[in-house]
Amino acid sequence: MNALRRSACGGCQLDLQGERLVARVSGALWLPETRTLAAGDLHLEKGSAFGARGQLLPPYDTAATLDRLLAEVEALTPERLVLMGDSFHDRGAVGRLDQVAVARLEGLSQRLHLVWLSGNHDPEPPEGLAGETVDQIRIGSLILTHEPSPDPVEGEVAGHLHPVATVRGYGTRVRRRCFLTDGRRMILPAFGAYAGGLNVTDPAFRGLFAEATTALIMGDDRVHAMPVARLTVGV
Amino acid sequence: MLWAVVAPPLPAPFSDWFAQRGWSPRRHQLEMVEAGRNDRDVLLVAPTGGGKTLGGFLPSLIDLAERGPRNTAPGLHTLYISPLKALTTDVERNLMTPVREMGLAVRIETRTGDTPVSKRQRQKQSPPDILLTTPEQLALMCAWEGGRDWFSDLRCIIIDEVHAIWSGKRGDLLNLGLARLNQFAPMARRVGLSATVQDPDAIRRWLSRSISHREVGEDMADLVLGDPGSPPIVEVMDRTSGTIPWSGWTAAHAMADVYARIEQARLALVFVNTRFQAEMAFQMLWEMNDGGLPIALHHGSLAAEQRRKVEAAMARGELRAVVCTSTLDLGIDWGDVDLVIQLAAPKGSARLIQRIGRANHRLDEPSRALLVPAHRFEVLECEAAKEAVAENDLDADPARTGALDVLAQHLMGLACAEPFLADDVFAEFRTSAPYADLTRPDFDEVLAFVSSGGYALQTYDRFRRIVQDREGRWTVRNAETAQRHRMNVGAIVEIPMLNVRLGSPRRPARRIGQMEESYLSQLTAGDTFTFAGQVWRFNEMVEIDCFVSPAPPGSDPMVPSWGGSKFALSTYLAHRVRRLIADEAGWSRLPDEVREWLEIQRARSLIPSTDEMLVETFQRGQRHYLVCYPFDGRISHGTLGHLLARRLERAGRLPIGMVANDYALAIWAMRPLGDVDLEALFQQDMLGDDLEAWLDESFMMKRGFRQCAAISGLIQRRLPGHEKSGRQVTFSTDLIYDVLRRHQPDHLLLRCARADAASGQLDVARVGQLLARIQGRIRHAALSRPSPFAVPAMLEIGREPVMGGTWADVLLQENAEDLIAEAMELDP
Repeated sequence: MNALRRSACGGCQLDLQGERLVARVSGALWLPETRTLAAGDLHLEKGSAFGARGQLLPPYDTAATLDRLLAEVEALTPERLVLMGDSFHDRGAVGRLDQVAVARLEGLSQRLHLVWLSGNHDPEPPEGLAGETVDQIRIGSLILTHEPSPDPVEGEVAGHLHPVATVRGYGTRVRRRCFLTDGRRMILPAFGAYAGGLNVTDPAFRGLFAEATTALIMGDDRVHAMPVARLTVGV
Repeated sequence: MLWAVVAPPLPAPFSDWFAQRGWSPRRHQLEMVEAGRNDRDVLLVAPTGGGKTLGGFLPSLIDLAERGPRNTAPGLHTLYISPLKALTTDVERNLMTPVREMGLAVRIETRTGDTPVSKRQRQKQSPPDILLTTPEQLALMCAWEGGRDWFSDLRCIIIDEVHAIWSGKRGDLLNLGLARLNQFAPMARRVGLSATVQDPDAIRRWLSRSISHREVGEDMADLVLGDPGSPPIVEVMDRTSGTIPWSGWTAAHAMADVYARIEQARLALVFVNTRFQAEMAFQMLWEMNDGGLPIALHHGSLAAEQRRKVEAAMARGELRAVVCTSTLDLGIDWGDVDLVIQLAAPKGSARLIQRIGRANHRLDEPSRALLVPAHRFEVLECEAAKEAVAENDLDADPARTGALDVLAQHLMGLACAEPFLADDVFAEFRTSAPYADLTRPDFDEVLAFVSSGGYALQTYDRFRRIVQDREGRWTVRNAETAQRHRMNVGAIVEIPMLNVRLGSPRRPARRIGQMEESYLSQLTAGDTFTFAGQVWRFNEMVEIDCFVSPAPPGSDPMVPSWGGSKFALSTYLAHRVRRLIADEAGWSRLPDEVREWLEIQRARSLIPSTDEMLVETFQRGQRHYLVCYPFDGRISHGTLGHLLARRLERAGRLPIGMVANDYALAIWAMRPLGDVDLEALFQQDMLGDDLEAWLDESFMMKRGFRQCAAISGLIQRRLPGHEKSGRQVTFSTDLIYDVLRRHQPDHLLLRCARADAASGQLDVARVGQLLARIQGRIRHAALSRPSPFAVPAMLEIGREPVMGGTWADVLLQENAEDLIAEAMELDP
């Protein structure tokens, strides 16, 4: 795999099919050459989805997620923001957004090119919200899409699987979200506050990568790189 | 004596029955009858085996016998509540004997989670005279429609083993249930049956219908004392054929001697503190069981069917020994137990005395108990426990205010039952002792929480779980919400468990039992482990099932089970132990191994005097330890531990975890601790430590939040159509905790979690006093390896981290490979 380098922000810089990428500590992906910011699996209004079913989870997940997204937008001033599918937890989620959230998304669409990729939870374009909805988008030699192709593929950046990694040491363990890459394709962590995660050692990740895979694990202020082979099997 | 002459005799069928058996009614039983006649709430305190149960029921039986014919079918007369399902079956069996022999027309039935639905429905249609049930069933009945009518004839509520339930969330929920019954049937008096306790007045207050007087007064429940019985004979097995080890949980060195004692007894109960110890002990006894004695295993994770078989075999006198945990602790009156063996220190004298009470139910014969220390330090603990028993010294449960998450659950139940006005239930709640001081703002907050989650945003107004009708009365929104409530009633938050099953995912077979998910999830295919007395090979895990196959014969379990005891030694036992240690002149009375061990401690480290505090630092494996011995009790040590960790974090030492028991506190960290300025570490001034904020980061708070979220009904583990365990259905409360802390830090559940943490952990005032005492009295031993004293405390340190802080990130950093080179340019 190509060299990984440390960014000033603490993230990890790498090249995928000739495109420069920065895996940010926040879990977002930065493509500096086209000034594109990408984030996946926001699952907005997941809290209220549970609320509608009788489990009244704190309805602050949308605000918390947008806080972090907007902080990245402030820091990087992208020209384009690609939200990589499952941006909304279910079909009714857009309708449950409160005014503040709608205004924030509106504000985003006015200052940059907002692209929504369709996901399995939100296959339809978000009604009433600005932005372009597509199934996938090509940026240079990369294809950004929601669901990863089941076989090894070149140049694909996807989400959907919510990867997390567990690392052992000192008789205990740490579990964090991570990016997964083999230098040819990449899977992003879930960005949403309530999104939850699946351990990268789970069978769902098998067969996706041709080469040895590296996990780029999100620490407090840096991204840490570990070969998946060295990670702890777990949940 | 004068009293006995004055008391009216028992009615004919009862006095005849006693006479036929050659018994006379005991004094306390007559006093209970008297209390019944005067319609008094009453607490009966008596050791086990003193005819306590009969004492509780006699007044009801007499009432029922004397009741004349009625026009309509009478409703329930007496409700009996016991904390253990198994107990209700046992009591039913015992009660049926006098009822049958006296030919009384009294209908007695049980109702627990195991009772088939058809039987439960029948009970609702046609109530028995006496119903034997559990607190969880009462909570469900509080959520019944039509409960008001059903309970209107209730005359008596008996709460058995009340000492074991009153002070805790389960007791809070039960007391709220009693308050509700008081609305339906104000003339229903309360009867509490209790083992011997330090402070019976606290329980009397808890039990009384009227709590207008908080001191001992007219309206408080009466107190009836049973005969104390012969003092138990407690022996400490400190001279064994094997050498007493320095550490360990299994008492393996003593098993041959234990077996020999089992052979000499009729029926022995071998008590251990944890399920894992039970498994190990059972295995060891089986391996040496040349005499082919029928020995059984009983603990909570075995399938219910298996437990029933053991219970029945005990009752039939077919067993010679049962290795068991506290599932067999309370009041069960099976068979002819004549010896109680306690493996490893009993962790609290009340617990020990309860267990001793299991042996020999003839009150005039002394019960026999044998304490088997598992390691050398435990010898001292057992000696202290023995002294405590001799002096009848008991540990006490502190009284507390009722928890608000429990209140939320109960309130939802009421909304499912019948519409209510807020003012009415507020007044009702204040008649419940733990909630006597409930403020209106707190009540309103709980109501808002139950209704729409208690959030500052109005997001959930349209999803309200309870709604108001035109008259302003609150009721549950729909049947589905009510059903979900009923599936999740109770104050015991289960640890997520997985099934241990034979077969394979495609052909699942018999379930052997359940084990903690946190243990099973660390196994990989091929690992072997012990469960239900056997060694198994782990094959695979699918959702809530772990599939295993029997390990080849002679296999040793590869993955060690945690031997850690979750119980703390009670405080005053810690003081006794400290005195034993400091009294070097008295060491000669101790067994050789213990004396040797103390001498090694003195040689390698130090023996502190009674007014010094020893601090030891050493490294073991990757971890660095600091162990101190304040002997100030587990609660104080827990707070101290958080404080020290906070300071160590500030000093860049990266603390990860700690364990506190009543005599020691051990903290472990990623960086060396031998050169820490101890005077500064233990300095008294706590301003600027920001302890509360630090605590909010801890895993204890997260765990506390998880429990409050479950009990309050925010997160429901069981949903219709999904009988799954914790991890599958439950939303991860850790994610919620972080978001809630940031966006609404004063939310009701965060308050609950902090209150729980406080009553379990945080005692800042006491720690301040401790730190003042310690000033200038610290003695530091910098060691190259753990001292003899440190070993037991260290064994309790588990794998779970306790602290928040930067250790996690440093761990990641250290493990990360040098794959990321430093960039030369400053790219974003």
